[in-house]
Amino acid sequence: MNTGEKTVTDSTALLEINGVDKTFGGVRALKDIDLHLEKGSITGLIGPNGAGKTTLFNLITGIFPADRGEIRFDGRPVKGCRVHELVKLGIARTFQNVELFESMTVLENILVGLHSRTKCGIIGSIFRFPGVTNEESRAMSRAMELLEFVGIQQYAHRKSSDLPFGWQRLLEMARALAAEPRLLLLDEPAAGLNMSETLELEELIKQIRGHDVTVLLVEHDMSLTMSVSDRIAVLDQGKKIAEGTPRQVQSDEAVMAAYLGKAKK
Amino acid sequence: MNGGLQKILYVVFVAAVILLGVTIDNSYYLQMLIFIGLNTLLALSLNMLMGYAGQISLGHAAFYGIGAYTTAVLTATYQVPPLLSLPAAVGAAMMVAWIVGIPTLRLSGYYLGMGTLGFGMIVHIVFREWSSVTGGASGFVGIPPLTAGPLTIDSEQHYFYLVWALVLLSIIMCRRIIDSRVGRALRAIHDGEGPAAAVGINTKKLKLQVFVLSAGMAALAGFLYAHLIYFISPGTFGFMTSIRIVTMVVIGGMASIWGSLFGASLLTLLPEWLHSFSDFEMVVYGLILMSVMIFLPRGLTRGLLDIYEHWRKNRDR
Repeated sequence: MNTGEKTVTDSTALLEINGVDKTFGGVRALKDIDLHLEKGSITGLIGPNGAGKTTLFNLITGIFPADRGEIRFDGRPVKGCRVHELVKLGIARTFQNVELFESMTVLENILVGLHSRTKCGIIGSIFRFPGVTNEESRAMSRAMELLEFVGIQQYAHRKSSDLPFGWQRLLEMARALAAEPRLLLLDEPAAGLNMSETLELEELIKQIRGHDVTVLLVEHDMSLTMSVSDRIAVLDQGKKIAEGTPRQVQSDEAVMAAYLGKAKK
Repeated sequence: MNGGLQKILYVVFVAAVILLGVTIDNSYYLQMLIFIGLNTLLALSLNMLMGYAGQISLGHAAFYGIGAYTTAVLTATYQVPPLLSLPAAVGAAMMVAWIVGIPTLRLSGYYLGMGTLGFGMIVHIVFREWSSVTGGASGFVGIPPLTAGPLTIDSEQHYFYLVWALVLLSIIMCRRIIDSRVGRALRAIHDGEGPAAAVGINTKKLKLQVFVLSAGMAALAGFLYAHLIYFISPGTFGFMTSIRIVTMVVIGGMASIWGSLFGASLLTLLPEWLHSFSDFEMVVYGLILMSVMIFLPRGLTRGLLDIYEHWRKNRDR
């Protein structure tokens, strides 16, 4: 039934961005962006600095609203949802400059990541009802599983700021996964990583997809983006100039112009 | 901190309280110890807000005062039994915190400091000018002693035990909150509000909750103060008191429960010890606070622990 409608709204898309505009004090950071993310896919978002990639991330995660257009997550408009509500719905992210809770241990960072999947409030914490103790021990074992998943379980009790940078990135990713996201936004996860760490990251991203998580990836490391993404969207000066498979995008003239500075038509 | 050490600290704490209660019968010393207890409650309440959640309040004395004046008016003017005026006093402060917190906690940093400072001043002015209810600038006289049914707590010894039992309960309560999901979320907000929201913490709601809780604890201290002294005046709940509470937290150690106890003890005892300096009292007082901040910037507890760690490492080498 109702098949006529379905051609308009793509039923397999987890995230639909339709005609989104964003202006900051006269600068149009994003112009009429359309982007659909298939469930279980990995999409790479590339473009020169200032192209609007991080702005798009901030719109999707509810940090600020779009001026025009619509963003739907799992068929539901995200407009008016606050950041933590979107996390609860299933959108998690990492940050370009790794934002860990530095006063806390590695394990505690993950436990905070489980915040949206646990319930204990102030009253519960004071009286330590049986349910609270149970939840706490379940959270603890789940946190250890996540640390094992990214391979840093042996540093669980170190202070998070004492970890080498590459592991801080892994920790941040594990923290995002703790929220059990259906959509994971990775903002330049390979920045600051060396070659072998980048390869491990690639493996990890592929494994994450195996857990039914849709991934949107902003990345400057082209070889990583090309090899890991199913589709790639290219932004330049707030506009989407190309979208397609990695192969299609690589041979696209507009993309070459944006990156190599060829004179535009 | 690990569970074993925590238990030892509790045992030492209880033993020390009982020992002091049994051995000291000098009423001046008991009075001092009771004041240390009240100040510990105040420092603890502000530490939850400032040390853990990272939200400054320069108007905390207002909640202390609301607790004291609410019970004063209820018990003295309306003859309500203290047992009933206690929830009313704590509840009133929490209610005010909730109403004031909604707009104020949208601010952060210096602006939050200014906002709470203004709030504290307004409350202070209400205490002073609303003479028909509060007794105005000359104060409120005739607050009855604490009674619970046939039981009357009017000896200093008993008051000492009561106050310190409540301090212990508050310490346990704060400790439990800090070690829970809520406490982790509070510390996350302190480390960064953006990332805290990004992992799913409702930062606005949680900040308001801890503000309300903090106000309730300060009001408890105010309640105890009123029934200890039987007389209250606006001066006790002014700007200087708010600053003194902040100083206790900072000197004792931000985000340190036992630090609140040390900070409160030092700031209560120091002025007494310094009387012998007469004219130079304030100078010495200031110098001591400055040196603590310069040499032990993480507060007394953490600072001394750091020195101990350093000494142990050097010895092992």
